[in-house]
Amino acid sequence: MLSRTADSLFWIGRYSERAGNVARGLSASWRMAALAAPRGKAEEEWRALLVASGGAPAFFARHGTLTQAAAIRWLTLDPDNPSSIASCIQAARRNARAVRTALTVDMWSAINDTWTELRRIGPDAVAADRLPSFLEWVQARTLLFNGAAADTMLRDEAWLFLRLGTLLERGDNTARLLDARHAAFAPAAEAADPAAWQAALRAVSALRAYQHVFRARLAPERVAELLLLRPELPRSVRACHQRVQGLLEAIAGLTGRRGACHDTALALRQELAAARIGAVLQEGLHATLTRIIDTNLRLGEEITALYLSGR
Amino acid sequence: MPPPPPLPAFDECGWGGRIRPAYAGIARFLATAGPELLEAKRREAEALFRRIGITFAVYSEGGDPERLIPFDLIPRVLAKGEWERLSAGLVQRVRALNAFLGDVYGPRRILQAGLIPPDLVLKNAAYRPEMVGFTPPGGVWTHVAGIDLVRTGPEDFYVLEDNCRTPSGVSYMLENREAMLRLLPDLCAAHRIAPISHYPEELLETLKAVAPAGAGADPTVVVLTPGPFNSAYYEHSFLADEMGVELVEGADLFVEDETVFMRTTAGPKRVDVIYRRIDDDFLDPEAFRPDSLLGVPGLMRAYKAGRVALANAPGAGVADDKSIYPHVPTMIRFYLGEEPLLANVPTYECDKPEDLAFVLAHLDSLVVKLARGSGGYGMLVGPHATPAQRAEFAARIRACPADYIAQPTLPLSTVPTLVNGGIAPRHVDLRPYILFGREIRVVPGGLTRVALREGSLVVNSSQGGGTKDTWVLEEDPPAENGGC
Repeated sequence: MLSRTADSLFWIGRYSERAGNVARGLSASWRMAALAAPRGKAEEEWRALLVASGGAPAFFARHGTLTQAAAIRWLTLDPDNPSSIASCIQAARRNARAVRTALTVDMWSAINDTWTELRRIGPDAVAADRLPSFLEWVQARTLLFNGAAADTMLRDEAWLFLRLGTLLERGDNTARLLDARHAAFAPAAEAADPAAWQAALRAVSALRAYQHVFRARLAPERVAELLLLRPELPRSVRACHQRVQGLLEAIAGLTGRRGACHDTALALRQELAAARIGAVLQEGLHATLTRIIDTNLRLGEEITALYLSGR
Repeated sequence: MPPPPPLPAFDECGWGGRIRPAYAGIARFLATAGPELLEAKRREAEALFRRIGITFAVYSEGGDPERLIPFDLIPRVLAKGEWERLSAGLVQRVRALNAFLGDVYGPRRILQAGLIPPDLVLKNAAYRPEMVGFTPPGGVWTHVAGIDLVRTGPEDFYVLEDNCRTPSGVSYMLENREAMLRLLPDLCAAHRIAPISHYPEELLETLKAVAPAGAGADPTVVVLTPGPFNSAYYEHSFLADEMGVELVEGADLFVEDETVFMRTTAGPKRVDVIYRRIDDDFLDPEAFRPDSLLGVPGLMRAYKAGRVALANAPGAGVADDKSIYPHVPTMIRFYLGEEPLLANVPTYECDKPEDLAFVLAHLDSLVVKLARGSGGYGMLVGPHATPAQRAEFAARIRACPADYIAQPTLPLSTVPTLVNGGIAPRHVDLRPYILFGREIRVVPGGLTRVALREGSLVVNSSQGGGTKDTWVLEEDPPAENGGC
């Protein structure tokens, strides 16, 4: 297929996923901040979320001080934040319009109707106690788009690039959210911080999943294991990279081309399959996650160079 | 301003009088349908087109979807014999236009014979010196032509205008048929209508037929579009989709070793035939307008090297220029040695002194147009204008006579149309589509454009016109008492 079309599909996958992930993470932080506020620790929640989104430097350059209202606006509607929910929805729709015929009617409707509705939303939709229903709406729209794609899209190259963008973004998001709270997972941490462990799980909708898997109290090494290494959790870093590597193999089969991205993806998949959480925590969760996040960045560049840039 | 007095017009259906045989079924349907059903169907049609339109409409960021071109439920019907005569005339005309293009970019015999003033051709804005001495693949210049026809009586058809560059509207022709089959299936089933849904296959075959030598058994065809902000984008993507070929923009292509490639996930892929819906001017910044971001640098080099085919050929526009139009009958006689089967509308060229004098003296009965205009703008419809408007236009003509041509105000035929308050005749024209690949093929019917305002003769969609489905009957209906 045209490189430009594949590029747009890849980015539709990424932006659509990102909007849902920001909503999910913000939902968790908002709840945790409400509990942490009496103890004067709300700011940490917001800081963790800003760091995870990669937008902390830009935020502080514009806002100086971290307040709940400023953080919420930055992550939801601010057009100056390229990864705000609003910016992601805009970008997804812009890309979808450019490759309209590569999408099914249900997929186009899902994206376009989300965009249309967003244009009607003003700042009061994310104020105070109205925020949770806005965030639920965003998450629901992402699920709708994913469902439309899963149920109606032909399983061809277009599907593969769309899924590739989605899963690369999903795995990266989990890694970042965990990394933003890594201090709470160090074996030598001064004090147990169950609030941080719970926040990490909530941010990827994995709190109940933890109980289904472990049936025990929260323990930091188990939380880290679930989010990083467990293949049965669909948002775990390992599960996402398993799929990313499989998708790249399928794309190589259809296009007859492979490159650096295949080696990178395979190495990461194998590393995550072989890893044991005890060793990871000894080495340092932050070091491992930083490495994974950097690899994701490189992987995106390698995919772009090989398939999406057109030369 | 009150509506203009209706011109005595030929109603193709015979509405309000003796129904012509081709419309017998339609007339029966309309008589029994009743206003509620027709209104319900009209709303259903609008919803159907709005859904299709919304799916493909061009959006400007923050703006509203483009207004849809209205579709009228009542089809326009042509009998088999009527169509066969038209079809032969269209084939003849397209053959002559192609011969003309090959001649004026080649030996220029028609100019040397003194039959057409050379300046009209060689100094024409659409004439491309880059094409002199070049023969396009297969010798075909106008792969897709739209010849606009009007009718003033049962046997009287005139060519209003030729379109040899990037004629559009074929997607409406196809979608209108689909809409009719969906909305009025029984009525459609009661007639043997010549099918048109194979147009995309025909178009693809036409394009493949002119692939350059060396393209192999299955040439790669693409549709080149200026992009989603172009008003005809819907049609570009529709045709690409229906033909199963890639829809590309300039940036998706590049030229290397005089060969055109498109950027794909599997690497550069050679392109053999480009159905280009971009004007000559914007096609190649190396050869034409250097500021064009829509085109492909080096495309003309690849084309002249015979490594890629372009449909329609660059420079084909000189054949459809309004100042060349009066000479098409001459072309038919000169190149084909035949009498024209389809007549031109009598045309006065204002750069000829005797024509200019006639035009200025008869502005109240003429339609005056810019020789290089399009879309119905820059036009004076004499009988519908006030004396002040005519005087103002006369001043413009005197200032620059060579810019204008004039034609008598033709009473265009009418076809019954759904209007507020029922059914009434409205003026129509016809744009058939002619494909020229290995041979010339005419798609049965074409796009009927209808002027929706009472008395209006302006059918262009950009000025409030609508469209109808066009039926060509595969059997001549039995003539009723005395025929039509």
